[in-house]
Amino acid sequence: MRYLPHTEEDRKAMLDAIGASAVEDMFCDVPKQALLDGPVDLPGYVGEMEVERTFAEFAAKNLSPSSAPSFLGAGAYRHHVPATVDYLVQRGEFLTAYTPYQPEVSQGTLQYLYEFQTQVAMMTGMEVANASMYDGATATAEAVMMAVRATRRHRAVLAGGLHPHYFDVTHTSAHSLNIELVQPDSDPTRPADPASVIDLIDDQTACVVVQSPDMFGRIIDLKPIAEAAHARGALVVAVTTEIVSLGLLEAPGNQGADIVAAEGQSLGNALSYGGPYVGLFATTSKLVRQMPGRVTGETQDVEGERGWVLTLSTREQHIRREKATSNICTNAGLCALAFTIHASLLGEEGLSRLARINHANACKLADMLAGVDGVELMNDSFFNEFTIKLSKPAEQVVEALAERGILGGVPITRLLPERDDLANFLLVTVTETNSDADMDALVQALGEIL
Amino acid sequence: MADMSQGRSNVPVGGSQATTVKTISGSKGLDFAEPLIFEMGEDGRTGVDLPDVAVSDDRLGGMRRKDAVGLPGLSEPQVVRHYTRLSQKNYGIDSGFYPLGSCTMKHNPRINEKVARMKGLGDLHPLQPVSTAQGALELIDTLATWIKTLCGMPAVAMSPAAGAHGELCGMMAIKAALEDRGEADTRKRVLVPESAHGTNPATAAACGFSVDSIPATERGRVDIEAFKAKLGPDVAGIMLTNPNTCGLFENDVIEIADAIHDAGGYFYCDGANFNAIVGRVRPGDLGIDCMHLNLHKTFSTPHGGGGPGAGPVVLSEALAPFAPVPYVVHDADGFKMIEHKADSDAKPFGRLKGYHGQMGVFIRALAFMISHGSDGLRQASTDAVLNANYLRAKLQDVMSVSFDGMCMHEVLFDDHFLKDTGVTTLDFAKAMIDEGFHPMTMYFPLVVHGALLMEPTESESKETLDLYIKTLRGLNQRAQSGDAQFFKDAPVLTPRRRLDETAAARKPVLRWTPPDA
Amino acid sequence: MSIKFTNDHEWISIDGDVATVGVTAYALEQLGDLVFVEVPEAGRTVAKGDEAAVVESVKAASEVYAPVSGEVVEGNAAIADDPAAVSGDPAAGGWFFKIKLSDTSELDGLMDEDAYKAYVDGLD
Repeated sequence: MRYLPHTEEDRKAMLDAIGASAVEDMFCDVPKQALLDGPVDLPGYVGEMEVERTFAEFAAKNLSPSSAPSFLGAGAYRHHVPATVDYLVQRGEFLTAYTPYQPEVSQGTLQYLYEFQTQVAMMTGMEVANASMYDGATATAEAVMMAVRATRRHRAVLAGGLHPHYFDVTHTSAHSLNIELVQPDSDPTRPADPASVIDLIDDQTACVVVQSPDMFGRIIDLKPIAEAAHARGALVVAVTTEIVSLGLLEAPGNQGADIVAAEGQSLGNALSYGGPYVGLFATTSKLVRQMPGRVTGETQDVEGERGWVLTLSTREQHIRREKATSNICTNAGLCALAFTIHASLLGEEGLSRLARINHANACKLADMLAGVDGVELMNDSFFNEFTIKLSKPAEQVVEALAERGILGGVPITRLLPERDDLANFLLVTVTETNSDADMDALVQALGEIL
Repeated sequence: MADMSQGRSNVPVGGSQATTVKTISGSKGLDFAEPLIFEMGEDGRTGVDLPDVAVSDDRLGGMRRKDAVGLPGLSEPQVVRHYTRLSQKNYGIDSGFYPLGSCTMKHNPRINEKVARMKGLGDLHPLQPVSTAQGALELIDTLATWIKTLCGMPAVAMSPAAGAHGELCGMMAIKAALEDRGEADTRKRVLVPESAHGTNPATAAACGFSVDSIPATERGRVDIEAFKAKLGPDVAGIMLTNPNTCGLFENDVIEIADAIHDAGGYFYCDGANFNAIVGRVRPGDLGIDCMHLNLHKTFSTPHGGGGPGAGPVVLSEALAPFAPVPYVVHDADGFKMIEHKADSDAKPFGRLKGYHGQMGVFIRALAFMISHGSDGLRQASTDAVLNANYLRAKLQDVMSVSFDGMCMHEVLFDDHFLKDTGVTTLDFAKAMIDEGFHPMTMYFPLVVHGALLMEPTESESKETLDLYIKTLRGLNQRAQSGDAQFFKDAPVLTPRRRLDETAAARKPVLRWTPPDA
Repeated sequence: MSIKFTNDHEWISIDGDVATVGVTAYALEQLGDLVFVEVPEAGRTVAKGDEAAVVESVKAASEVYAPVSGEVVEGNAAIADDPAAVSGDPAAGGWFFKIKLSDTSELDGLMDEDAYKAYVDGLD
């Protein structure tokens, strides 16, 4: 088998050195009744060609967004990732390295994580960032738990526009720790109202969590909410699912955010049917010791040369065990590297242009769709995704579009199934990858279906 | 090959080679002095060519960004060179032997990378209609079947994003099962061996449990009498790693399972060390209720400098109803995904992650499993255990093995052999780095002093192991001869020498800042 | 003025009904270079055995427990700002907090200097 270097001679020589007459001797501590006599009932080993064929068969049963006009978002975005990114992340020294516990031979990983942390802090307008978390949803849950630790209060207000997955994941953790979550209803037919959140903040509130652009695409002004929260001693957690938006929109750090939890998938990372993605987490210097996850810091070696190490480790599980800030061990590693490389290629001007193209394309499609009978645009504001109300149930329309080879958008009821009042609402996302032909195809198809 | 290790050192006496060679550029041959991107960037440089489109403020809700983000501008060649140079400062499995205990640093096949990037797999959107992603769901279901079969368990939760996340999933399922029985308020104590990985107690605490530590015996296993004495009506369960963190199989595991069940509790198994037994033992036959797997350990998905991973959790009949959403179901109409509690016939405890799970990691793990097949996987675990015992057999006369008898896929030493040499485990490890080996895991598990935990994996040839053994024996000889300073100075041949971790923690500098900020 | 010691390697220097609490040289040696210290705020009430302060080195974190019950009079801001200033010598400045005793009988159970020295020698 091509991955196993030993020959039978090697194995025999090694067994002799061990003083074992057979392989079974090494498993003497396993209860006899639990030892299997032979391989389990699954196929035997195959060569590479077979493996490729197997996966090509899986792939052939899916409609690829690369081959179809595709307008899907809702927290995962199709962007053009420059070819450079994928080649660099597959260098063996990046791909096959472990967590940088021996910094002398891990300066590559440590330096890029430091660059990543800096990029994330810059984009979000915050003072410090960690070396990534699993995704935006778990980062949000961790942000709420951090706010609870820092304020010693047990209640969190989650604004109505928060992505339902993010809410559900936060709820799962909160439930175990008896943290009360409060969420007002959301109504995409009207602009988001800060009062709905502000009215719920009290002296027991650890934090307010606000997503912008929200799940319906609406852009939220965090400042009035931040003022109200701070006045009651509550922290502000700002969430964004589309990191590219920060190339055009005001940074949460400039609006009073204390913690930012975001999804970084848009930069460097393929859609990959939902994972692996990269959670971004940033905060103020004052709160840094409460921050979960790994973090890289600058230092010097014994020769006085600048270098980097993992630091502030005593917050983490391997030292604090049950008193850790989180149980998290793994970060998003290679996904963070992909983000860093893509952001390095973009630079200031590239990120700004990318963001503007996204918004321009979204405006273009929004105007085209508003002209279609049976389509009503809901948003006054949006970055690259917006909600439309259709004259028919969105799930039906989406299936009809799929039959025509178009991935037309995400029905709101896919994320909020209990909201029958939103059955006709569709979330449409437009990025730089959508051509005029894509948009024409969608508009034409909708005209036929509705 | 000439034996270079006797007598002459590669390093000039009295200091490191590095200080005696100063270059003008700062780079030394292939060891490049590479600044941060922020120190190289210039306005006006870009690595992408995108049209410059003007947009009005009309639909931005008054929230247009006024300040600059601050990102540096670099051309594409500069970016390629920068990250190429950074990669050259790293050690990976592709570079050499990486015997990090508990991490399973096995070969990462590139076919896995190729199939993960296939059109129709790598580019699928998680929320595209399920009817357009039947192949993706079938893939997840196929992986689930392989996992259940290898583990001998009826159900598996696929969504956790890492091992620690899988631990959270397992413990939350246990908590949900207790709530369902009306016992969540009375059963809040979880028993955890003192040798456990730190994620175990951290996870228990994250679920609102208290942690009660179980001591180990002289044989390195859980003290079963001490364990039984701690049982009571307030016990929620046990979190046991098997094979354990000392690289040993817990002989009494079935008795432990029976005892915890009799006491009304559940058995969580930490499956980080599954590489020792995959294809030879099914954890389901040992009486477990749930176990997480680390796909990035046992199933070769790349460690990527720290992530991403995936931590699916196999579940018993008792815990299966509480598996989180979403999960895949296969019926006469094809594959579906249950994404919401309301759509489930069971009692999911909630959602753990955005979307469906680490699909990119699933693809790579399944490719690995299919490549090996059931016979190949059995051979892989056999070779992993063989390699670890070979290291044990060839080093035990000079280095202090912590526990007698056969080990599993990893072997634990302690620093007893370095007593009176003035050389610590850390120093010994740093000297290994200069010899071109990544050190083993140090100072874990905490149950022995100055632990050195070595896990060779099945990917290593006998030649590599023999060179490693020879090197360690040589280093030990040097330590015993009293040359402690050599070890204190190490490493001297790496891009950076020992770094000041105290300064990094006292005055944390966690990002680059513009000079005049 | 008298000095007593606890099993958890705290020293406590008593002056009337106010005690000054620090950690011993032995504890500091185990921890290594300190990187972070957190001291309690004045006014906080602690019971004997409560976690009162935290010390961290690069690789370890440890609680400092209140050896007696009472109300915290002052936490030492100087060591919170500069962990390197912590030392095991009660005579030097590295104290953690001052506490007004609520129950002086709690002092009876603590070790004197000789007993503590014997205790430390017995460890290891």
